[in-house]
Amino acid sequence: MKILLILVSGIFVNNFILSKFLGICPFLGVSKKLDTAVGMGVAVTFVMTLASAITYIVQYAILNPLNLEYLQTIAFILVIAALVQFVEMVIKKTSPTLYMALGVYLPLITTNCAVLGVTILNIQNEYNFIETIINGAAGALGFTLAIVLFAGVRERLELSDIPKPLQGFPIALISASLMAISFLGFSGMI
Amino acid sequence: MINAILIPVVILGVMGLIFGAGLAVAAKKFEVKQDERIPLVRAELPGANCGGCGYPGCDAMAEAIVKGEAPANGCPVGGAKVAEAVGKILGEEVSEEEPKVASVLCSGDCDHAPRRAEYYGLKDCNEAVIANGGPKDCRFGCIGLGSCVTACMFDALSMGEKGLPVVNIENCTACGKCAATCPKSIIDLIPKSQVIHVNCQSKEKGKIVRSSCSVGCIGCKACTKVCPEEAITVTDNLAKIDYEKCVQCGACVEKCPTGAIVKEIR
Repeated sequence: MKILLILVSGIFVNNFILSKFLGICPFLGVSKKLDTAVGMGVAVTFVMTLASAITYIVQYAILNPLNLEYLQTIAFILVIAALVQFVEMVIKKTSPTLYMALGVYLPLITTNCAVLGVTILNIQNEYNFIETIINGAAGALGFTLAIVLFAGVRERLELSDIPKPLQGFPIALISASLMAISFLGFSGMI
Repeated sequence: MINAILIPVVILGVMGLIFGAGLAVAAKKFEVKQDERIPLVRAELPGANCGGCGYPGCDAMAEAIVKGEAPANGCPVGGAKVAEAVGKILGEEVSEEEPKVASVLCSGDCDHAPRRAEYYGLKDCNEAVIANGGPKDCRFGCIGLGSCVTACMFDALSMGEKGLPVVNIENCTACGKCAATCPKSIIDLIPKSQVIHVNCQSKEKGKIVRSSCSVGCIGCKACTKVCPEEAITVTDNLAKIDYEKCVQCGACVEKCPTGAIVKEIR
């Protein structure tokens, strides 16, 4: 039951982008096209889930026994950076087009605060190992959901008649805020 | 006291080493083998990413050249110099092709081609042409809103005083962007040494051409008779010069009753 709760909470209620406002950079940067948004979502899902698992081990096997909790941030960033490098290699090998499309936003997953946020929240909420992985995956799926929905919205925005001062990022930010408000509707669920 | 510093340093250092070793293994496993000639060829290409070769950019072009899908002299911007350098990398002789230049094949400026309507709208030929083919009487003529000038990445086109674009031959690289954007297909790439061409694209019958433009080709065939090399043919009421046969004697220029065939002064 708790696992289901974590899933729903991560994807809808406490959506990282739309209610915690973490990871806005790739959310705005890679959401112009639907397929690159899906690619970004998959990459972030992979990094977030694995990072959750590894940082859990790092926290409870290395940092806690040695009383080094204050190293949490830097140690977690080290884990995330290594994972992103790994993902970058895999994508470069398997899909050069996706690699080109993601461009600079791929290494920028390293500094995606949603990834660091989910790993630190795992520890703060005192989840066990399974719950940690579920929460990581749920957060990533929420990210993917938000970015894919938003990419669909932006593809339509491209075709619509928008007043000149609002073209580009302004209208994107306005529609993002409207999406965030609509996700507010989930807050009563839990 | 010293331990408080040493332990975190060692822990982080060891973690870094482990991740580094893992990444090194992954880098070997997921190595992307790239033909080492591709970056070399890429370095020789101009890097304008204009797409004049037909590939999405210089990177794609370099890959295509090395794979043999594109010819070594396929870059219209770089010309002979780049073709030679690329050929050297690939170890093959590159045949020299005569450089081409964009040419505006319409003389219907403000003085010669009247307008049948005023156009108020976006200053873009491709927009204007939607409005019943543009404001000019001649439906084959240059609209003169300068979409080709905007399309040119090399500063080789400018709008002349009389409402026709002017090509700066020094800057033109024959990438073909202007030709592709022109809704009336007025601009064509012709060999650089060719100075005689038919400055008209109208396929209308002579009478209609006469009423809509004073310098249009009326398809009278006078040029075909006077040409010593039989290089000119008239199809669809429009004279066409075969540049392979043309010796640029200029007989047609003198004979042409409307002045549609011109000798460019360069």
